[in-house]
Amino acid sequence: MQLPDVNEKWTHRINTVTIGATKEQGGTRGKTITVGGQTTLPSLTFEGATPNKPVIAGYVADTPPDWPDTLKNAIGKEINSPAEWARKCVETFGVDMINLSLIGADPSGKNSTPAECARVVESVLKAVDVPLIIRGCNDEEKDNLVLLECSQASRGENCLIGSAKEKNYRTVVAICKADKHKIIAEAPVDINIGKQVNILLQDSGFDLNDVVMFQTTAALGYGLDYVYTILERARTTGIKGDKLMAMPQLCDVGGETWRVKEAVADEDVLPGWGSLQKRGPMWEAACAAAYLQAGADILIMAHPAAIATIKMLIQRLS
Amino acid sequence: MIFIGERINAGFKDVRAAIVNHDGDVIKEWAVKQTAAKADYLEVAIGTASNKPEDLCWMIEMVQSVCDTPISIDINKPVLLKEAIKICKKPPLVNSTTAIEEKMNEIMPIVAEYNASVIGLVMDEEGSPKTVDKRIESAGKIMAKAMDLGITPDRLFLDPIIMPLKFMQDQHKVVMNAVSQFTLFSDPPCHIVCGLTNASNGAVHKKLINRVLVAMLIAHGLDAVILDVLDEELVNTILTADLIMNRSIYADSYLEAFRK
Repeated sequence: MQLPDVNEKWTHRINTVTIGATKEQGGTRGKTITVGGQTTLPSLTFEGATPNKPVIAGYVADTPPDWPDTLKNAIGKEINSPAEWARKCVETFGVDMINLSLIGADPSGKNSTPAECARVVESVLKAVDVPLIIRGCNDEEKDNLVLLECSQASRGENCLIGSAKEKNYRTVVAICKADKHKIIAEAPVDINIGKQVNILLQDSGFDLNDVVMFQTTAALGYGLDYVYTILERARTTGIKGDKLMAMPQLCDVGGETWRVKEAVADEDVLPGWGSLQKRGPMWEAACAAAYLQAGADILIMAHPAAIATIKMLIQRLS
Repeated sequence: MIFIGERINAGFKDVRAAIVNHDGDVIKEWAVKQTAAKADYLEVAIGTASNKPEDLCWMIEMVQSVCDTPISIDINKPVLLKEAIKICKKPPLVNSTTAIEEKMNEIMPIVAEYNASVIGLVMDEEGSPKTVDKRIESAGKIMAKAMDLGITPDRLFLDPIIMPLKFMQDQHKVVMNAVSQFTLFSDPPCHIVCGLTNASNGAVHKKLINRVLVAMLIAHGLDAVILDVLDEELVNTILTADLIMNRSIYADSYLEAFRK
């Protein structure tokens, strides 16, 4: 008896988005990164095509984040210089691209000026030749100023810039259109707003083929299941033919993991939880592995041990 | 939801006149308008305006000269179908066959050969069905024939046969019941389609009847409809019903997004 064919038949394809520009393309990157293009769910290589593997973007910030010493030590003294940190991410940790978070621009923190941020972008672009993700400090008003200068400073490099949000997207769209960057469409763990942001981007004349979706990210134990479900639902909807949901997806695993107590508190605070040295990177790797399975295309990661684990996993699963 | 634009049909006076006078502009205009309104298929029905294959082919060519929306060929004469299907640039939807063996044998091999889709009216030698069971019986026959010929469920559209509300009020509950059953026939299920205008035939509040009926049918599993795709309120009703059935993801601007 012949076994029935139980493969799902998906009819559509996730958009492909290429980030970075080589010399021939008007930039200075040594390579570009392409994500998306899938016609099936993650790891189901027998069911459809997965032309581009998920990639890891090394988390780099313009100022050292409020992270536990275990993580800072694992990264090394380079954490104090965005350019050196980025170089170490690429040369030593082996990431595919760099995420530069300009958290120092936060008005309630260091409050760096847009010009200072732009100089950081320039220094990172000089230090490494991989494609760049540029993100602000999550203060919308300030980000509109910061991203404008950073976008100009990286003109021609085809960066991925974010974020465009439901209530604040016009400036980012204008910037990315003018300087020809790709855009991050962000929604606060809400698939309906996620779709709405994409509609707004489309309405303002932005090509949805240049968009990466970002449903923010939750660490394991802090709503990972909600974000997981959204990523998965967005992906199935995309390959079923909803063009407004057919974008590659981004997760900031590093940025989120290293804020939760399970990744930052040692055994003296959490007796019985095992050494933080091991637990922290494991927490990050576990989150990243889950999001890979949910349909993430770009994982922003911080700890070198977690990066190594996920690199191996990506290799083995695809 | 699959929208099949009904307007290029010789049942409408302007289209009938266009066929008789070979006035391509009328047909082109309806093709452009319905495509802009997001029709997935454009019905092309020659009806009694002509029985010449070249006239039907001319209509299809007129449509294809201004848009690349797939055609739904409304025809039940195999001779005409054979000629028309050849010139379709994209696999068309053939409207229609019944469950009568002879009819299926005429129409469905052509559908299979051209990788087209087909609407199966769930009626047989005895005419329009009155009961759920009769509809299911005919649907079963059509599905079996489709499987034999390798026409996959995604290329089969079952039409449960809608009756005019004004004259056969007892039939609509029966139709909904049958539609629910159709969805259980296969996994993935085949499409379920209906021609809406028949329901409001002869009634005064035609548009209202169409809107309410389509929403109720969608709730039972309808996923394709032959309609006036330019009727904005009707299309809005369908888009909303689709959301209520959780077939697409809600966004505040879902109506605007559909029309982009």
